[in-house]
Amino acid sequence: MIDPIFLLEAAVNGVLLGGVLALLALGLNLIFGVVDIVWIAYVDLVMVCMYLVYFLVMVYGWPLWLAGALSVALGAVLGLGVHLLIITPILGKAPVNQLLATGGLLFFLQSFATFLWTTDHKTVRLALPILEVGGMFLSFTRLIAFAISLVAMLGLWVFLRRTYIGTAIRAVSQDREAMALMGADPQRVYFVTSAVGGAMAGLAGALLIIQYSVHPFFGAAFGPLTFMICVLGGLGNMVGAFVASFVMSEIISIGGVVISTEMGYVIAFVVFIVMMFARPGGILARRG
Amino acid sequence: MRPGRVAGAALLALLALGPFLPMGGMRQYILHVLIQILIWSFIGGAWSVMGRFGLVSLGHGAFLGLGAYTVTLLWNFYSLTPWIGGVAAAALTVVVALVVAYPCSRFQVVGHYFALVTLAVGEVVRLLIIAERNWTGGSLGLSLKPATGDSLLAMQFADKRVFYYASLVLWLAGLWIWYRVDRSMAREAMEAIGEDETAAASVGIHVTRFKMGITMLSAGLTAIGGVAYAQYITYVNPDTLAGIGVSLRIVFAVVLGGMYSLLGPTVGTALTIALGEYLRVVFGLRLIGMAETIYGLLLIVFIIFLPAGIYGSLRDAVTRLARPARLAGGLS
Repeated sequence: MIDPIFLLEAAVNGVLLGGVLALLALGLNLIFGVVDIVWIAYVDLVMVCMYLVYFLVMVYGWPLWLAGALSVALGAVLGLGVHLLIITPILGKAPVNQLLATGGLLFFLQSFATFLWTTDHKTVRLALPILEVGGMFLSFTRLIAFAISLVAMLGLWVFLRRTYIGTAIRAVSQDREAMALMGADPQRVYFVTSAVGGAMAGLAGALLIIQYSVHPFFGAAFGPLTFMICVLGGLGNMVGAFVASFVMSEIISIGGVVISTEMGYVIAFVVFIVMMFARPGGILARRG
Repeated sequence: MRPGRVAGAALLALLALGPFLPMGGMRQYILHVLIQILIWSFIGGAWSVMGRFGLVSLGHGAFLGLGAYTVTLLWNFYSLTPWIGGVAAAALTVVVALVVAYPCSRFQVVGHYFALVTLAVGEVVRLLIIAERNWTGGSLGLSLKPATGDSLLAMQFADKRVFYYASLVLWLAGLWIWYRVDRSMAREAMEAIGEDETAAASVGIHVTRFKMGITMLSAGLTAIGGVAYAQYITYVNPDTLAGIGVSLRIVFAVVLGGMYSLLGPTVGTALTIALGEYLRVVFGLRLIGMAETIYGLLLIVFIIFLPAGIYGSLRDAVTRLARPARLAGGLS
C-alpha cells in the first residue's frame, strides 16, 4: 500500500501540472474554437519559445522576467505568422489538409530545432527552494508557474468578456457565418485570436522552461495531451478545457505514483478515448 | 490508357530485373533503399485505403507497432514462425481496429475527432510497449532472435535480394488490393459516407458495416507491413514503429504523393525516402535534421498549393491536357 502522503503529494503536483496544461490548452482551444483548425504544431511553438528563454537567460544572462516577456511577444509573432503564411491560404479547404499543413509545420520546427540546437536537453536552473508542507515536498518554481498561469487565464477571461474584440471572438466561435453579418471583420478576429493564442504559447513556454528541460521533441511529449484536453473539454469551450486539464493532470500524476509514469499517460489517454464515445461534445456538454 | 499500360509494364520489368542491373559497388545500399521504399509504400497504401475516404487516422503507428511487436515477441519467446506469427499479428491488429472503429462509427466520431482519437490510440500502444519493458525491451527496442543461417521458416535471409523480391510482391499485392477497393461497391458507398453520413444511411448504405470493413482492411494490411519491416530490419523500437511520429510520417508521405491515386503513396514514399537518403549521403552527420526540415517545408508548400499530391496533380494535368482536345473534336 502506498503511503497516503505520497498520494496527497501526487495530487497536489497534479494540480500544479494542471495549471500549466490548462494554459497550453486554453491558447490552443481559443484558436480551435475561432478558426476551427487544429494547430497540430501548437506545442512546438511553445518549444521554440522555451529555447528563446533558455538562450536569453542562460547564454546572454538576461533576467528571467524580461526573457519571459520577450517569449510572450515571440509567441504572438509566431501565432500571427502561422496564421498568415499557413492557415490563410487553406481556410475553407478540406479539414484534413488544414490538419496536415500544421502537421508539416510540426515536422519543420522539430527538425529545424534538431538541426540548430541538437537533441541535447537544455534547462534553465533556478535556485528556488523546495517547500515542505506537512511532510510533502513542493517545488516553489511550480507554485509560481501555477500562480502566473492562473493570472493569465483570468486575464484571458476578462479579455474575452470585457472587450469588444473579445466579444467578437466569442461570437465567431459560436456562429461563424452570423458574425460577418453582424459587421465584425473576420480577418481582424482571426488575427487577434492567432496572436493571443500565440502569446499564450509564449507564456506557457516561459513557465515550462523553469520546470522542464527543453529538447526538439518537447512538442511530441506534450502535444497529444494538449489536443486531448481541448477535445475532452469541448472544442472552443474554455471552462471545459480548464476542468479537463485538471482531470488529465490528476490521472497522470496519481497514476504515475501508483503504477508507473507510462501507465499514468496510458490511463489518461484511454479515459480520453472512452470519453469521446460517452460524451463527444466534451465533459461539460449537455447530452442532446 | 494505352501509354499508361506500356509505362507500367516497363516499370515493372525494370523492378523485376532490379537486382541484376549493374550498380557498381552500390548494390547492397541501393537494394536496401528500394526495399525500404517498397515496404513503406505498401504501408502508405494501406493507410490511404481508408484515408482517401476522409477517415484520416493519425494512429496507424498503433497497427504498425502491434504487427511488428506481435510477430517479434512470438518468435523470440515461443520460436513461432513469422508465417503463423504474421497471421496472428494481423488478426490481433484487426481486432484492435474493430474495438476502436466500432464505437467511432457508432457515435459518429468523424473528422478532427476521429483523427485525435486515433492519435490517442497510437500513443497508447507506444506507451504500453515502453511500460512493458520486461519483455518488450522498453524504449531500447528489441532485436529479432537470429536463426541459424538462411531460413525460410524464420523469414531470415542474409541475401538482400530475397527481401527485395518479397517486398516487391508485397507491394504489388498492396496495389492490387487498393485497385480492387477502388473498383468496388465499397468505394461508392464510402465516398457517399464521406460526403454525408446521414444522407448515405438514408439511401440504404450500411454506414457502420462499410466503415468497419475498410478500417479493418487498412489496419490488417498495416500490421502486415509492420511484420515485413520487422523481418527485414530485425529490430523493433517503439519510437520508430508506434506513436505519433511514425503515424504522421505515413500520412505525410501519402499526402505528398497523392492519396486519391493508385501510385500516389508509392511516389510520395519514394520521394521522401530518397530525399532523406540523398541529404544523409551528401551532408553526412553534419546536417542532422536538415532532411526532415526540408521535408516539413515541402509538406506545407504541397498541402497549400498541390493538395492532390505530386502524382495526383501530374495525373490530373495530363488528363486535362488530353480531354479538351477530344472535347473540341466532338464539338466541331
